Amino acid sequence: MYDPSIIAASIINGLMTGAIYSLVALGLTLIYGVLHIINFAHGSLLMLCMYGVWFLYAQAGIDPYLALPLVAAGAFCLGYGLQRSVIGKTSHGRDEIILLVTLGVSIIIENIALFAFTANERVVQVPYDIDGIDLGITFLVVPQIAAFVASLAITAALWLFIARTYTGKAIRAVAKERQGARLVGVNVDHIFAVSFGIGTACLGAAACLLAPTFPISPQIGYIFVLIAFTVVVLGGMGSFVGALIGGFIIGVTESLGGLFFGESLGKLGISLIFILILLFRPTGLFGQRM
Amino acid sequence: MTDKTRINLDRRQLVAGTAAVAATTTLGLPHIAKAADVVKIGLIHPVTGFLQFSGSQCRFGAQLAIEEINKTGGIKSMGGAMLEAVVGDAQSKAEVGAQEVTKMQEAGVAAIVGAYSSGISTATTQEAAKHGIPHVVDVGVSDKIVSRGLANTFRFGPGFGVIAKQGVASLIELNEAAGKPVKTVAIVHENSTPFGTGIAKLMTNGLKNAGFEIIETLGHPSPNRDFSNIVLKLKSANADLVIPSNYYNEYVLLARTMQRQRVEPKAIYSVLGGAASQYKFLKEFPEAAQYIMDCNHWFNPKNPKALEVRQATRDAGKFFNYEVFLAYTAVMFVADAMERAGSAERAKVTEALAGSTWDGHIMPYGPTKIENGQNTGARPLNTQIIGNEIEVIAPAEYATAKAAFPRPT
Repeated sequence: MYDPSIIAASIINGLMTGAIYSLVALGLTLIYGVLHIINFAHGSLLMLCMYGVWFLYAQAGIDPYLALPLVAAGAFCLGYGLQRSVIGKTSHGRDEIILLVTLGVSIIIENIALFAFTANERVVQVPYDIDGIDLGITFLVVPQIAAFVASLAITAALWLFIARTYTGKAIRAVAKERQGARLVGVNVDHIFAVSFGIGTACLGAAACLLAPTFPISPQIGYIFVLIAFTVVVLGGMGSFVGALIGGFIIGVTESLGGLFFGESLGKLGISLIFILILLFRPTGLFGQRM
Repeated sequence: MTDKTRINLDRRQLVAGTAAVAATTTLGLPHIAKAADVVKIGLIHPVTGFLQFSGSQCRFGAQLAIEEINKTGGIKSMGGAMLEAVVGDAQSKAEVGAQEVTKMQEAGVAAIVGAYSSGISTATTQEAAKHGIPHVVDVGVSDKIVSRGLANTFRFGPGFGVIAKQGVASLIELNEAAGKPVKTVAIVHENSTPFGTGIAKLMTNGLKNAGFEIIETLGHPSPNRDFSNIVLKLKSANADLVIPSNYYNEYVLLARTMQRQRVEPKAIYSVLGGAASQYKFLKEFPEAAQYIMDCNHWFNPKNPKALEVRQATRDAGKFFNYEVFLAYTAVMFVADAMERAGSAERAKVTEALAGSTWDGHIMPYGPTKIENGQNTGARPLNTQIIGNEIEVIAPAEYATAKAAFPRPT
């Protein structure tokens, strides 16, 4: 049995990582909640955003945190354009086609990244990489603290946006009843694209928070998107609170699993949660759409 | 009808065949005469897939050697025959590597150099043996590669057994010379391939016999993206020495996480460490890399030619990692054999490789002596990252710096 301080440190590490998982899952759950599609290109778009962060850092010397508004805005435009000009136009309203289109988009993005950047990992090393706060039981570095705080802030901001603004209201209307929304004058195609854009902007923000810690490669998206799917299933498809809580649960489970059962076996905990949720609570912990 | 068709086809074939013979007689002969001045060498490396970085480095090193040979007059005993690279991509898969050998056979290569990883090299050497193509393994360290009795298979660099043995012996020597500051050891190893687990086992046995206490052995998969828990355990164990045994990405991440969590053992020592003697690691994370020691492939730092090759590599914007100088040397080894044989015939090249006494290389191996395909003089060196350079700290005749052991705080 480990010393309680190690267990506490492991839980803190899990919460820090969980915040990032929440942010990645947030985009996924928003897109599902509104468009009712599972976006298979989510991981590839995250990877693309991370390369964007690296490019700004390597070519223009822009700090990844300062680049956040720029990358998020760029990601929004990318997501908006993708939905408006590719996914929306090719899907003909059929879910199975949307799935295949997003899968195709992900393959294209990955291969473009492989061609353009090769499989070599790129790193973003910020000068304050090892600065931070000593909690005694563990040392929290700036990239961890920034990722945790920013993830919570972005989740809260997005929740307020959806709850308080006209566009947010329109998004909720389209999510609940798209025909009804169309009848009262909501531009459904525009709202679809805005939702996809916001979901991708979440990835842009997550990319800025991840880049100082994780080396960037064309496969980096897979690591996070598989976990994000688990978080969304755990929290409930389309639920913001579910994505947030789910992210923390998965983060802590992964961390404690690694501590007690080793790095290889510890990851089984995530899959176990995934299966148990599907068996006993298929709608997830907060299983309701926005 | 079938017979009729066959007769028609035969006639067509006859006409086509006659035309081909005529064309060959009139146009082809000059081409064949020209081809005799060019010797093809097959280069098989994993230039795509997860080994892409190392495979590309190998290809660069091999091509650098070919370029140099051609610039300095080619194979002189063959009237200045030029070398031509026939490149193949193993795609980081052993079976694809074997398929590439078949292509090399069709291309008529005189010899093959490859194929970076032990798994791919095992497959390519076996396939090359079927065609009688001499094959020099550049990097693959598994000793199985040269223990299958394949007459065509050669390895110029050292194998796993020799490296691990020297790795343990050097560590014991270093510790004794410094007044035995290290008593407890923690080993962090990848457990997805035989490499990490194998090194961990050899180090555990060797160090236990020498009186060290192994207080923690921590395994992890490859790839692994989070070392927080492992570093927490290392912090708790507080071992004097940490031995990481994993591939480049995981090695770097572990070192960075240790740095972030202020885990500072008296030394970090590796055998064939994934990043421990890589200029890429030093360039990207100089602080995390400081004072890390390694027992690995290394060039002779006192050989001016080696320093020239290092400069040429840097001028090309590449890192002078072990992949580059091992592949470079492997091609030079083949070229020397052709020079001695005065021929590019496969059997003669194989014979010349087996009897090679080449000593004009850039490695710290002494004159070449091949036994069962293995260069018996091949050995690793001990390196340490000090400041902006990777210094050789042992053995003394190659040392460029004194070991900083235990590492300064």
